[in-house]
Amino acid sequence: MAKLKIEDLKKIKERIHAENALREGDRRVKVTVHMGTCGIAAGAREVMNALMAEIEEAKVADVVVTTSGCMGLCSREPEVTIEIIGQEPIVYEYMNTNKMRQVFKRHILNGEVQTPFVLARGREKRD
Amino acid sequence: MEELSMHVLDIVENSTRAGAALVEIVIAEDRAADRLTIEIIDDGEGMGEDILKSALDPFYTTKTVRRIGLGLPLLAHAAETAGGAFSIESEKGSGTRVTAHFSLSHIDRQPLGNMADTMVTLLAGYPAVDFLYTHRTGERKFVLDTRELKEELEDVPINTPEVLRFIRTTVVEGLKEIGAAD
Repeated sequence: MAKLKIEDLKKIKERIHAENALREGDRRVKVTVHMGTCGIAAGAREVMNALMAEIEEAKVADVVVTTSGCMGLCSREPEVTIEIIGQEPIVYEYMNTNKMRQVFKRHILNGEVQTPFVLARGREKRD
Repeated sequence: MEELSMHVLDIVENSTRAGAALVEIVIAEDRAADRLTIEIIDDGEGMGEDILKSALDPFYTTKTVRRIGLGLPLLAHAAETAGGAFSIESEKGSGTRVTAHFSLSHIDRQPLGNMADTMVTLLAGYPAVDFLYTHRTGERKFVLDTRELKEELEDVPINTPEVLRFIRTTVVEGLKEIGAAD
């Protein structure tokens, strides 16, 4: 990697250090994008990217994004689980980039579950 | 799968499930030989001969939530459809190497697609795993080594949104610079 790039990374690190000193920064929401073969083939990566773009744009620091494997309901992929700390997890089905942006703005930021897209409530079984 | 980069994401997912600490992704384009090679090498738990034999069977999976496992068969099929070949080597306890060759100009070769998206998705999902992504186009080469990045980042997590954006840009620009295929 070019030297310039490493310099850029240093700046990012310093900026994050400065910001962290100011904010409480505790995790409030965990978002899991199901990234099994079925999910990827159905468009989970694009959903993930839309979500990351929204997080960056909204400049929220308390939303953590992760991925998981398949939970056995391959025909309903892409699936996304939203866990707001202290609340029941919500699994959304048939997600796409637009639905993801809506869920981010309405559910993650405003707490309104987007019922028409919900597959299930509660914790899923994984292996 | 619509893109080879999605196969990469999927196969690396296997590596992480196998407990890999380091996953190497090598993509090599050889225009003169009209060949594209994708290799994924991990230091996960590996497979014994019995499991290895079943790994390409779509009706074999180690998962319990469903009865089919399509990741490897889909990649094997994509390679064979594009005038290439697929192989997998593994040893219990020492990791797995998946290799797929493609004819670069074959009309049925899937586009490489967005490797930046694939890398960023992997880093967001598995911040604790290290990735060494090398992309060669003839003599030119692009390398993304998360061990170097983490050393530089110190206590800042690699899955911080700003860091991921930096990595995305680095991959996009790096691949453009070496003239990587679509």
